Amino acid sequence: MIEYFIIAALLLALIAPWLYRLISRKTGWVLALLPAALSGSLISIIPDIMQGTPLHQSYSWISSLNISLSFYIDGLSLLFLLLVSGIGVFILIYAGGYLKGHPLLGRFYSYLLLFMAAMWGLLAADNLILMFVFWELTSISSYLLIGFNHEQENSRQAALQALLVTGAGGLALLAAIILIGMVSGTYDISVLFTRPAELISSRFYLPILILVFLGAFTKSAQTPFHFWLPSAMAAPTPVSAYLHSATMVKAGIYLLARLTPVLGGTDEWHMIVSFTGALTMLTGAIMAIVQTDLKRLLAYSTVSALGTIVLLIGLNTAMSIKAAIVFLIVHSLYKGALFMVAGSIDHETGTRDVTCLGGLIRVMPITAIAAGLAALSMSGFPPLLGFIGKELIYEAKMQLPTLSIFVTITGVLANMVNVTVAIIVGIAPFWDEHKISAKNAHEGAPSLWLGAMILSIIGLVAGLYSDILGEQLISPAVSAVRAELTSIDLKLWHGINPVFMLSVLTVFSGIGLFFARHRLRILAGKLSWLAMAGPTSWYQRSLQTTLKIADRWTRLLQNGSLHSYILIIIIFTLLLFSWSFVRNLEFLKTIRFGHIYAYEWLIAGVILVFIFVVIRSRSRLGGVAALGVIGYSIALIFVFYSAPDLAITQILVETLTVILFVFVVYHLPRFDVLSAPKSRLRDAMIAILFGAFMSLLVLKTLSIYHPSLSDFFGQNSYLKAYGKNVVNVILVDFRALDTLGEITVLSAAALGVYALLKLKSKRKE
Amino acid sequence: MVSVLLKAATRYIVPVQLLFSVYLLLRGHNLPGGGFIGGLIAAGAFSLYVIAYDASVARRKLRIRPQLLIIIGLLLSLISALLSVLFGKAAMTGLWDGSIPLHWLGLGSLKLGTPLLFDIGVYLVVIGITLLIIFTLEEES
Repeated sequence: MIEYFIIAALLLALIAPWLYRLISRKTGWVLALLPAALSGSLISIIPDIMQGTPLHQSYSWISSLNISLSFYIDGLSLLFLLLVSGIGVFILIYAGGYLKGHPLLGRFYSYLLLFMAAMWGLLAADNLILMFVFWELTSISSYLLIGFNHEQENSRQAALQALLVTGAGGLALLAAIILIGMVSGTYDISVLFTRPAELISSRFYLPILILVFLGAFTKSAQTPFHFWLPSAMAAPTPVSAYLHSATMVKAGIYLLARLTPVLGGTDEWHMIVSFTGALTMLTGAIMAIVQTDLKRLLAYSTVSALGTIVLLIGLNTAMSIKAAIVFLIVHSLYKGALFMVAGSIDHETGTRDVTCLGGLIRVMPITAIAAGLAALSMSGFPPLLGFIGKELIYEAKMQLPTLSIFVTITGVLANMVNVTVAIIVGIAPFWDEHKISAKNAHEGAPSLWLGAMILSIIGLVAGLYSDILGEQLISPAVSAVRAELTSIDLKLWHGINPVFMLSVLTVFSGIGLFFARHRLRILAGKLSWLAMAGPTSWYQRSLQTTLKIADRWTRLLQNGSLHSYILIIIIFTLLLFSWSFVRNLEFLKTIRFGHIYAYEWLIAGVILVFIFVVIRSRSRLGGVAALGVIGYSIALIFVFYSAPDLAITQILVETLTVILFVFVVYHLPRFDVLSAPKSRLRDAMIAILFGAFMSLLVLKTLSIYHPSLSDFFGQNSYLKAYGKNVVNVILVDFRALDTLGEITVLSAAALGVYALLKLKSKRKE
Repeated sequence: MVSVLLKAATRYIVPVQLLFSVYLLLRGHNLPGGGFIGGLIAAGAFSLYVIAYDASVARRKLRIRPQLLIIIGLLLSLISALLSVLFGKAAMTGLWDGSIPLHWLGLGSLKLGTPLLFDIGVYLVVIGITLLIIFTLEEES
């Protein structure tokens, strides 16, 4: 089922720009039908998933490497898919309103759909390699989306930063996946689930774990890799709302949750994941509270929320996983809504600076209601879903056997900041005193508030009907992570207990922090020198160093002299092979040369003589003619050994070379000997060494020559490929992939020659 | 380098050479020949025009830009390689169907299949590449 939606999204991504030209303003609404349809069909399979029968579909791809196009939807992937497709509906609609009239809106839809397809694939993939492909595709589409306003330098830099950080993590993930494949012989997650202890007991467990963490932590913006996420706010707001809060950054969390049954449960897992999560939670919270830009406020609070979820996954108790899943839903709903609200405010007032915003309730009442609901959910007010989420988090933390006080206190701190951010973003701009920027603002088009409104209302309804949510979506997801059937009973009201008291405390302290926000900002201004030591500066320094080394390296290797290029290539090849060659020369003894006929000696003699003619030649034409004689002599040798195809090709190539040379010769300067005798001697030595090396190489291939190979081609070329000319059959059938590669390279080379020649003539003008 | 003899001869040689190149292309599967060799011979034919006249005349005779030949050739090869996927087989599996009797050419019968299409792609790419370089070199000199 899911594969058709992925294909449809990719196809729509291809035609989106034309579709936009055709129906312009309605495009977002039309495109939104696709994720809506996926949401519908996902809801329709909920009963199956609840009974514990995951959806499984597999197509063969590269079966020799155990790579298949296999998809697997269980409770966990269903929940994530539902979030991605459900929120995607409103983002597509919202983008139409937010970027109305933008000349590249069609392209924007393309990128968004590409991302959506990638995300669906990532979440539904059963094969880890397939998942990796989609994982990388989300990084690439995120790059395109962050850099959408590519005329602005900070957009480009932010896009590159996100790509480099998540791309490096992606490479680590690939290494982890390969190790997993080596250990267990399969890449299918569903197969790994049947052998839970295998990876943990292998000696590669720790490397796998660390590499997986690098992948997950970079993607989900965990400290110290969190810095790319606030920078990514250079993207248009629909992107921030979708990729960088509600969906893509959750991919790392999905990965952790997905692999918990096969990698989790050990001390290493527990320590690293929960420590990183806690650190991120605090870093995000501290950074968030002092921001004044709506989007940066939300971005840092997203970092904090992601840390909270990672921490909960690291704790890995039934309670904490339940809390993680619920909070994941809560966060996606309110954060998506608040980002859309922030975008609408920016769109209407032209500013995102919270110190300039106020009194918008009079001009944007609908947005105010949506924002208020989302903010209440974010602060954890009953009866919204956010309240249940926060209660569960506290409950999970207080039930911990060890360190529960410490973990609980950090959690309360982070949640206090959450309350403050919720007030700053969702309440204050509307209810605070009237300020200047609200003058010309008015309520936006429905597309601008619909998404935020619906997501907020879902947050409310889900809180009221939490029992249904718990039974139908959260139990299957928690069961998938815990690898055992877990039934979840979500309740809104637990009575007055320690957890509830903590909630009350959180809300009041959060409000207190809100009133102290100006003082906190002043304090932060004094501490800004701390940023010098932060990960952003590590990133910049390592990027600069890499570029510097690349620059030096390129100057060294590509200095523009053809002579030194050839020298470098030859010397490098010699160094690379000589060691193993010199040690393994015994094969020379096994080689038996057949009888050599007089005419063969003759040809060899001719070749040798003309080699000297080439070297001693004092004119270019003479040299080329002598080279031609050598080429034709080699063609003759091909004829002696009954290889007509090779001989014909050799003769044709020689002929065309002469024609090419005739055109080139006019461009060349007068022939002269410019190099010093010393360097000529050096070149001669290297040339002789390389010639000897090539001769040895050919002899070596003779010694490992296997008659079964030519037998195979002799026997099968007619039976299987219906051709009697074995050479041609190899070229166009048995090894057609090589040929395809060769003609592609040749084409690229020809275009290169063309470009070089044209470039030169342009410079002359 | 204006030679009336060469100009006159070129007009008669080129069609024969082109025909010969197609002959070599088609017989390649069973006898010496094939797309690469055929392509080189065809490129040689047009090079003759470049030598006898100049590149602009050769371009007129070719009628199609060499770049386009490269693109078409690559596409044909790629299509022939991927066609089998549509039939549920692994990519690059040869598909064969039907044949054209060419006994009167001394070719036996010409079997039709994706490898032939692939070879035609190679043929066009080789012509395109060679002529792109030769034309450009001549025009820049």
